[in-house]
Amino acid sequence: MAIDWKAYNPEGLYDEIISSPGNPRVPAKSLVSYLRSLSDEQLQARRASADAVIKQMGITFTVYSEEGNIDRSWPFDIIPRVIALKQWQKTAAGLEQRLRALNLFIDDLYHDQKIVKDKVFPEYILQESKNFRPECVGISPPFGVWAHICGTDLVRDKDGRFYVLEDNLRVPSGVSYMLENRAITKRVLPDLFDTEKILPVNDYTSNLLEALTSLSPRKISRPSIVVLTPGIYNSAYFEHAFLAQQMGAELVEGSDLMVADDECVYMKTVDGLERVDVIYRRIDDLFIDPEVFNAESVLGVPGLMRAWKKGNVALANAPGAGVADDKVVYAFVPQIIKYYLDEDPLIPNVETYLCVNDKEREYVLANLDKLVVKPANESGGAGMLIGPHSTKKERTLFAELIRKNPRNYIGQPTLSLSTVPTLVDGNDLEPRHVDLRPFIIQAEKTSVTTGGLTRVAMKRGSLVVNSSQGGGSKDTWIVDTGAK
Amino acid sequence: MLSRVAERIYWMSRYLERVENTARLMGVYTNLLMDMPAGVNIGWYNLVSLNDAEEWFDAHYRVRDERNVMKFLLADRDYPGSIVNSLQGVRENIRTSRDVVPAESWEYINELALYVQDNQSAGINRGQRHEFIAQVIKSCQQLQGLFVSSMIDGQAKNFLRLGRNIERADMTTRILDAGIGVVLENNGNVLPTTESIIWANVLYSLSAYLPYTKRQRKSVKGARVARYLLEDATLPRTIRFCGESMATVCKTLPRNKKVLKKIDQIRKSHYPPLDDDNAVLDVGFSDYLNELQLLIGSAHELFAETWFTLD
Repeated sequence: MAIDWKAYNPEGLYDEIISSPGNPRVPAKSLVSYLRSLSDEQLQARRASADAVIKQMGITFTVYSEEGNIDRSWPFDIIPRVIALKQWQKTAAGLEQRLRALNLFIDDLYHDQKIVKDKVFPEYILQESKNFRPECVGISPPFGVWAHICGTDLVRDKDGRFYVLEDNLRVPSGVSYMLENRAITKRVLPDLFDTEKILPVNDYTSNLLEALTSLSPRKISRPSIVVLTPGIYNSAYFEHAFLAQQMGAELVEGSDLMVADDECVYMKTVDGLERVDVIYRRIDDLFIDPEVFNAESVLGVPGLMRAWKKGNVALANAPGAGVADDKVVYAFVPQIIKYYLDEDPLIPNVETYLCVNDKEREYVLANLDKLVVKPANESGGAGMLIGPHSTKKERTLFAELIRKNPRNYIGQPTLSLSTVPTLVDGNDLEPRHVDLRPFIIQAEKTSVTTGGLTRVAMKRGSLVVNSSQGGGSKDTWIVDTGAK
Repeated sequence: MLSRVAERIYWMSRYLERVENTARLMGVYTNLLMDMPAGVNIGWYNLVSLNDAEEWFDAHYRVRDERNVMKFLLADRDYPGSIVNSLQGVRENIRTSRDVVPAESWEYINELALYVQDNQSAGINRGQRHEFIAQVIKSCQQLQGLFVSSMIDGQAKNFLRLGRNIERADMTTRILDAGIGVVLENNGNVLPTTESIIWANVLYSLSAYLPYTKRQRKSVKGARVARYLLEDATLPRTIRFCGESMATVCKTLPRNKKVLKKIDQIRKSHYPPLDDDNAVLDVGFSDYLNELQLLIGSAHELFAETWFTLD
């Protein structure tokens, strides 16, 4: 028995593969008919081979638990998500626009703060920002860019449009999984790559390398670039190792680096000290330099901020870039784009209520059962309330939290995230909610990944896609249908 | 190459060698036990003393018998030199050096760690110990083979060799010490045939019996075996051979002057009483081995100072 597409029913949700039971959307036509041509055994065999590839390639992520840290195999669904090239091009342009504006915004905050003076951005938000770093005021990083690598989370609502859910400007992760997902799919569904125009994704690491190289303070042909990891116990360690390897950069820990009397950064090698030009740091701001930030940090490098301020080393992302990575600042991004670029945002935000404003707070408190409530500065989906799936007890707790610290909370309508057919137990196909994290790079040039990392909420009806909370992932295909 | 990566490769290699050698050591004593005439005391606790591990052992065990000593060397979680802990050391270091070592090594070490975990009792109980030890040694050699045959001839491989040879040299002194320990345990009251059984087992444990007989064409005697294992230039586990290998590696590494001097002391180390084939080995030889171990220890410290810690 092959897949019965007529039995697959997303029930009123926006499904990205079919428009109504039995009718695939244009870019997914050959995928659907190909999958239909597979017998149950063949489908099972593809699934098993994906599992084997994941184990063999050692694609893991770390989960923290009381029994110690466990490396789990990457949860992967073999059915790809398909997006038409035409739609993607518009989205990509919107992502570039967004990051350009955000970088102008960050640079302004650390210099003249014109946007505050012009009363477009409220001063109190800046004053209370947890991620504004006074230590960075007056610094001018190359090209005026602070956030060099940005992971922006997109979702599609009932209408199929993309909305921005949040911008991750600190140390966004996931891009290696995007690349690995494609590598797995090429092995598991090789036939489709012959007949379909599926755009490649593997230019990411070379774009990243090029961007990092352009930041080098020493204009030499092969500047020394390193990836700074907090180490093996970080959940994204696999990715740090992967990116370093792909770029031919050294994977270093804080203790491998030192700042010498000349205020330059060096790495400790068997041959002695070697100058470092660019650090792609995957450690949070507060841990990069115990001299300036968290004095207890053993992950960072004492003196790193001094070297950076002197312009002797480039840091990507720059310290302080996180000021724009805040769910309250998020609400202002449309105004920020308008203010700096004099353009309308190409990708809309999800409607957002700021609990700090009395009226909006009252609305949020009155509609806790319908809204999603998020703390301003958490990552990985932690500390969230999903109203329609919450208990009364949870809502009472959140009401209290919001009243205690309104600045820290925002509310958003619960979106009916789009779905993609996903293999569940056996060979059953069921709709599952997805989001998308493309990665945008900005340095001398700007680029966007072709598609991004698709995350799937593996439980029926669930909206939680984080891999640390049972989410899975899919390959993302940008397909050229020839449409203009 | 990053100092930290060099250090991890070095330790990975040492731990791997330690796993194999500890298994070998357990094997020597087990075989000795079966060969010894009744009434000869082989002192299992020697295995603890010669690893300088008395403190750890005494903290957890009262009875110094075969079962406890085996359990201690194989499975004790608190003793850093136990096989399970050394395996953990290999694993962690491979895991954090995956960009430098062959990808399969991660799979192999997981297999071995899993095997040891699932078969601990086979190693502790005498009945299946032989198979257990053989399997552990085989898996270690599989990894060594993988490294030798698929790693590029660069600095990583150099530090791998350095770790292997210093650990080997150290362990050879300890295995010799195990032999002399049994002899001394019985206050020199062992028959000449018994003594030759002891030294033959020492040779077996280092896969050196056949090479010895081919080279020496003489019967197995304490002084000859000792001199052979210290000074032979062709057998891979002798002090001389390990010293030469370390020197070869160090010559390709930067800032090597002090290190080479120290290694010279190791490879030229000589115990004059051994010049007489018929010399009776006594506690003086045991002391000599201890000094050699200290020398090896100070070479290690010099490696760390020269290449691993740059502050």
